[in-house]
Amino acid sequence: MDNNLRNHVLRSLNAGLRFDNRKPEDYRSISIEYSISSNAEGSARVKIGDTEVLAGVKFEIGSPFPDKPDEGTIIVNAELLPLSNPEFESGPPNIHSIELARVVDRGIRESKTIDFKSLCVEKGEKVWLVLIDIITINDAGNLFDAAALAAYAALQNAVFPGLDGDKINYKEKTKKKFDLMNIPVSVTVLKLGKNYFVDPTNEEEEVADARLTLVSMENGKLCAMQKGGDHPLTSMDINAMMDLAIVKGAELREILKKQKKK
Amino acid sequence: MGELIVNNKDIVVPGEELAQGLDYLPSFGTYREENFIISARLGMVNIDGRTIKITPLTGRYSPKRGDTIIAKVIDVTFSGWRLETNCAYAAMLSVKDATSDFIARGADLTKYFDIGDYLVAKITNVTSQKLIDLTMKGPGLRKLIGGRVIKVNTNKVPRIIGKQGSMISMIKDATNCKIIVGQNGLAWINGDPQNEFIAVSTIKKIEEESHISGLTERVKEYLQEQTKNMNIPKPTTHEEHDDYRGE
Amino acid sequence: MNYKRKDRNLDEIRPIEAKAGIIKNADGSAMFRIGKTVAYAAVYGPRDLYPKFLQDPLKGVLRCNYNMMPFSGSGERVRPGQSRRSREISMVTEKALLPVVDLNDFPNAVVDVFIELPQTDAGSRCAGICAASIALADAGLSMKGLVSAVSVGNLNGTLVVDLDKEEEDIEGEVADIPIAMVKRTGAITLMQMDGIVEKDQVMKLLEMIKDACGKIHDVQTKALKEKYKGSMDNGDEN
Repeated sequence: MDNNLRNHVLRSLNAGLRFDNRKPEDYRSISIEYSISSNAEGSARVKIGDTEVLAGVKFEIGSPFPDKPDEGTIIVNAELLPLSNPEFESGPPNIHSIELARVVDRGIRESKTIDFKSLCVEKGEKVWLVLIDIITINDAGNLFDAAALAAYAALQNAVFPGLDGDKINYKEKTKKKFDLMNIPVSVTVLKLGKNYFVDPTNEEEEVADARLTLVSMENGKLCAMQKGGDHPLTSMDINAMMDLAIVKGAELREILKKQKKK
Repeated sequence: MGELIVNNKDIVVPGEELAQGLDYLPSFGTYREENFIISARLGMVNIDGRTIKITPLTGRYSPKRGDTIIAKVIDVTFSGWRLETNCAYAAMLSVKDATSDFIARGADLTKYFDIGDYLVAKITNVTSQKLIDLTMKGPGLRKLIGGRVIKVNTNKVPRIIGKQGSMISMIKDATNCKIIVGQNGLAWINGDPQNEFIAVSTIKKIEEESHISGLTERVKEYLQEQTKNMNIPKPTTHEEHDDYRGE
Repeated sequence: MNYKRKDRNLDEIRPIEAKAGIIKNADGSAMFRIGKTVAYAAVYGPRDLYPKFLQDPLKGVLRCNYNMMPFSGSGERVRPGQSRRSREISMVTEKALLPVVDLNDFPNAVVDVFIELPQTDAGSRCAGICAASIALADAGLSMKGLVSAVSVGNLNGTLVVDLDKEEEDIEGEVADIPIAMVKRTGAITLMQMDGIVEKDQVMKLLEMIKDACGKIHDVQTKALKEKYKGSMDNGDEN
């Protein structure tokens, strides 16, 4: 790790400022665009500062799990494209894209934003599988939050395709959309020294002691968590980070709601 | 017998015809094909007498002898150091070029420069394979302590520094920051957090607007606007306008 | 068969659009759209080449990687990862761009080109090549010229330029011929064919494509120049 950089970021944070003049609790500007891929059943593009992530939703029909015969499910996949960051390599998903996908999955799954029972077509036989693909276009830091936001926005945008018996008719656009509940929002909080801050840039991610991604719902409860980074957190840290995440989560939720109205 | 197809300062793309006939001489960023001189780069046309060249607007750094660069130590060997230079080619700094001190054989070289250190160094040689030799012996060449390094467009470095360092000195004075700009597209900045931000955003502004006339005035106004509410002490020593010294 | 198109002439391309510099981390980047097909391209380099055995001390390496996003096609989702098709397209894309890139400028190093498509409706490899050309110029590489690409084809005797997906799927004696061309010289750097066609038809199509490539080249050029609008720089400014 670049110790010079770490010291410089720390010095800045201790003065309550970041390299791009943001305060520790500030997000960069956020934009959400829907229907960015006409062949997907649902899609969205999210930008947080210069970070850009796409998400697409495709539907498939599959067999339910034996222990949940009347429930469909979601399958989340993330691609950290080499196009988006000179450090990313081509190849099968590495552990970072797997972690990203699984954390986004947990946020959506545990919040029960989709009622999996509503995905049932024929109990014990056929259920809808909702495949969410997250694709990074430019990584300028904070892929976790951008990815979660994009996945949720793609679900907001999604329209079920037609179903002729066993076969999906992708050309048919039904009127059926998701009735999304609880609006889970991901906020990643980082710690450096005694400072907590959100929406990190690449440099800040590189030098941070630890990170905690928290997914909160409209009712203020948390539905997913993931700690990352090489250093430990104290319970005091976690307390402060949860507070920050819930406050920022509410702000992001307002943005989501406002976007959908457009 | 020869005629220009474009004007001076035009922005052209690779493959664009610049001149016809044999009167003009193709120079940097252009090539001749039959009767035409053609651009090989995305850049600005620069006509100097009978020579046509392209000033590139974009592209990674291409190492040149005599350039002063900011390089990062990535390896320490028996005979010296290996450094990263913000381009595809690594650089070597041998012990004899590092310092006038006498360094015994087998001495611990990390005492001088360690992995991760940023150095201001000068290129003494570039091989045909583009391997770079550096020296630390010379005015202003040294290890950088503290501060941070940012990437800038290597093609805009002359504008960022300005004639005889005038532009960069203006920024240094206005923000009371130490700034060193390497030809290889890396710049080092050290100052108070708020002032650093102004210095960096000014440099970004120069990068984005370097091809639009009136730049110096705009930069002056921008700096005045940004620093008007701040109490920035005037530098106490008279600084020479040498970009690689005077902090 | 007298095939007719609904909203354009037989020798006309679909609406096109291009933008340069859309991916900040990349050294060069571009978006190219033709009809409903959209391609992003990002260029990184010249940079260090790994694995080392690929390094060439005499000249640089151009490495292309083409990929379609899982939700990009009509119909089912496509499993992510390299397929045989995408690997072949990566290779012909590299061959399409090689003749214009000056590899002598970066011995031992690599220029990586990544092409990703969020949305496809036929003509994807050509769109990728168009985007990659812009991105390479945007990255400041030394190039002979830009490469423009589009498909031509034979639809049961009717010769057309720029096939869309519906036309690709027509039954009968149908040929889909993606072609890449350097506008200045007319040199052809990519040519493939799927289907049935006669020699005379091919020669006619090679004539028909010139106009289409010209239009594409104009849009590619405009995208690059637009990024630097406002050029009245006084280089000798005080």
